[in-house]
Amino acid sequence: MDGFAQHDDLMPLPVDPMIPRLFRIVKVKKEVRGVFTWHLVPVDGGDFSYRPGQFNMLYAFGAGEVAISISGDCRDKDKIVHTIRMAGSVTKIMSQLPVGATVGVRGPFGRPWPIEPLYGADLLFVTGTIGLAPLRPLIYEVLHQRDKFGKVVICYGSRGTEDILFEDELHQWRGRFDTNVHVTVHSAPSGYRGRVGSVAAAVRAASIEGANTQAFVCRSETMTKPAVDALRARGITSDRIWVTLERNMKCGVGLCGHCQFGPTFMCKDGPVYRFDQIEHLFEIREL
Amino acid sequence: MTRISGTKVVFGRPELDRLIALLRADGYRVIGPCIADGAVVYDEVTSTEDLPEGWRDDSQPGRYRLDATGDGELFGYGLGAQGWKRFLYPPRQMLFRAEKAGRGFRIQQRDDDGTPPLAFLGVRACELAAIGVFDRVFHQKGFEEPGYLRRRTDALVIAVECARAADSCFCVSMHTGPALPAGYDLRLNEVVDGTRHVFVAEAGSERGAALLDRLSVDVPPPALVAEAAGQAEAASRQQRRRMDPDVAGILARSLESNHWEEVAKRCLTCGNCTMVCPTCFCTTVEDVTDLSGNNAERWRTWDSCFTIDYSHIAGGALRQKASSRYRQWMTHKLSTWHQQFGVSGCVGCGRCITWCPVGIDITEEAAALAQAEGTSAAGQGHLAESPGDAGQGR
Repeated sequence: MDGFAQHDDLMPLPVDPMIPRLFRIVKVKKEVRGVFTWHLVPVDGGDFSYRPGQFNMLYAFGAGEVAISISGDCRDKDKIVHTIRMAGSVTKIMSQLPVGATVGVRGPFGRPWPIEPLYGADLLFVTGTIGLAPLRPLIYEVLHQRDKFGKVVICYGSRGTEDILFEDELHQWRGRFDTNVHVTVHSAPSGYRGRVGSVAAAVRAASIEGANTQAFVCRSETMTKPAVDALRARGITSDRIWVTLERNMKCGVGLCGHCQFGPTFMCKDGPVYRFDQIEHLFEIREL
Repeated sequence: MTRISGTKVVFGRPELDRLIALLRADGYRVIGPCIADGAVVYDEVTSTEDLPEGWRDDSQPGRYRLDATGDGELFGYGLGAQGWKRFLYPPRQMLFRAEKAGRGFRIQQRDDDGTPPLAFLGVRACELAAIGVFDRVFHQKGFEEPGYLRRRTDALVIAVECARAADSCFCVSMHTGPALPAGYDLRLNEVVDGTRHVFVAEAGSERGAALLDRLSVDVPPPALVAEAAGQAEAASRQQRRRMDPDVAGILARSLESNHWEEVAKRCLTCGNCTMVCPTCFCTTVEDVTDLSGNNAERWRTWDSCFTIDYSHIAGGALRQKASSRYRQWMTHKLSTWHQQFGVSGCVGCGRCITWCPVGIDITEEAAALAQAEGTSAAGQGHLAESPGDAGQGR
């Protein structure tokens, strides 16, 4: 091990953001097909704090690293929660890791969702399929501070009835008297009694008043535009629409260059953007 | 004691050898120009014997040749393909090792304090500017690249002023040269004529002044000082390429220009321009294991925005077309870099022009984009002068 500083089993908190900190998987929860949730605790027993909307770089030993947004409650100091969709070789290996396995974590990175500046506003969440994961920490936080906001409306869409992420929680939120949840599916078996159609259609039907509404959108880049158009049709201007976007994140600190979107490094200037600040770039192909 | 700046001294080639020997004795690894594979490369030098004596580069779009001059000049060439970035920010760097331990694994952070400090011999004005750009990139608010900062802080810079320009050079229009600004420890002007081969030197830092004090030097006659001072002006006059002074604005307005498709007809997306560019800093990481599966490493390697993997996300690469990738490179380099780091990412060294296998010229592409949008600001061939021109001030 020439040239390498030896460390004891318990790592101190990393001072270099490029070095992962070790976490243990204490729970694996199967979600919809191809999606699983990890509960992670730091091996060193230290703290971990973050804001809703931030992400971590998760490392599977020897396999590689992926950027995954945090999907848990930021007030829960016992664990950090990540919801991961199997999409490539690294996430496939991650899906096979058992409870008790160790993974590396770098983070938290990125600009979070705004919360305090939006006190007093009506809130509208627009998302679909796995996109609920990056929004869930914000929904938790809003519900913790429920009296600070006006209406809370969630529009969620999935392809079918089998891939509704966090379905139990969507039901739970719908059961509250102070939230309004619209779940819509693109296709459903005969006899399905829920809403069928696009998320944009759900936005058009939602009970909101545009003038005092702030909207949060987490959809694929292609599907973000129809969502934004539907919001603007409801009178929500671009400066009150917050989107989270995706690029190839490698370093998390604006150094590797991969996640550039116009002049921004998405890993530190995003992934959450106020839409009016990127609107001029948004529809340029392959930017 | 030699004063920093203002006091010029002169010495001959034997003293340059002594300078190299002193630096080596002080524990520096001296990196300077050498000849390898028909090009000037930067590598370890142990004496002036290693330097490219009597060679001059012919750097043109898509072409690089060395011509023998027989004049004995050690720094008669302009540039090679490599900048100093490979020493300050190496092409492959190990970030950490991990080994299986019990049910988990542990991480051993790299500790590279053992590498010797570097002394760079023969840094050009454009290259000093490129190092200045790197200083901003790797020293950002909230994040500092520790390896870079250590190597950079340790490095001793001996700059050599250009006496002539190559065909590809356009540093005048980028305000980065050819005259040396500040930022060096020592600066040299090499003067060769029928009767003498000398170096006019000046210290730019305490470290440089202390080095000069250890050499046997003379006071240069005024005629020699004047001759040395005229070198950069001559090199300026030779430059015919120029970058449009409004290039940042042109690019910001040209994201949807049809001209990108024109460039894409020629661009091979090989990435050469990004590899030879002294300011391109993009990297990727590679995670590897040994055959036992018990030991893993992560390596950071230089990457290029011209590769298809560069923009990969689940679902495929975002920049599929060559036109998108060329636009990303050029727009980043000359336009969005200003927003990110407060300076241009281009220093006018011309390497991307020389080492492009099809000779794409970034200055011509900027002019073509300007013409396409019908707002070509300045007349062709006219060099913009700027009062705040750091490259020209001394």
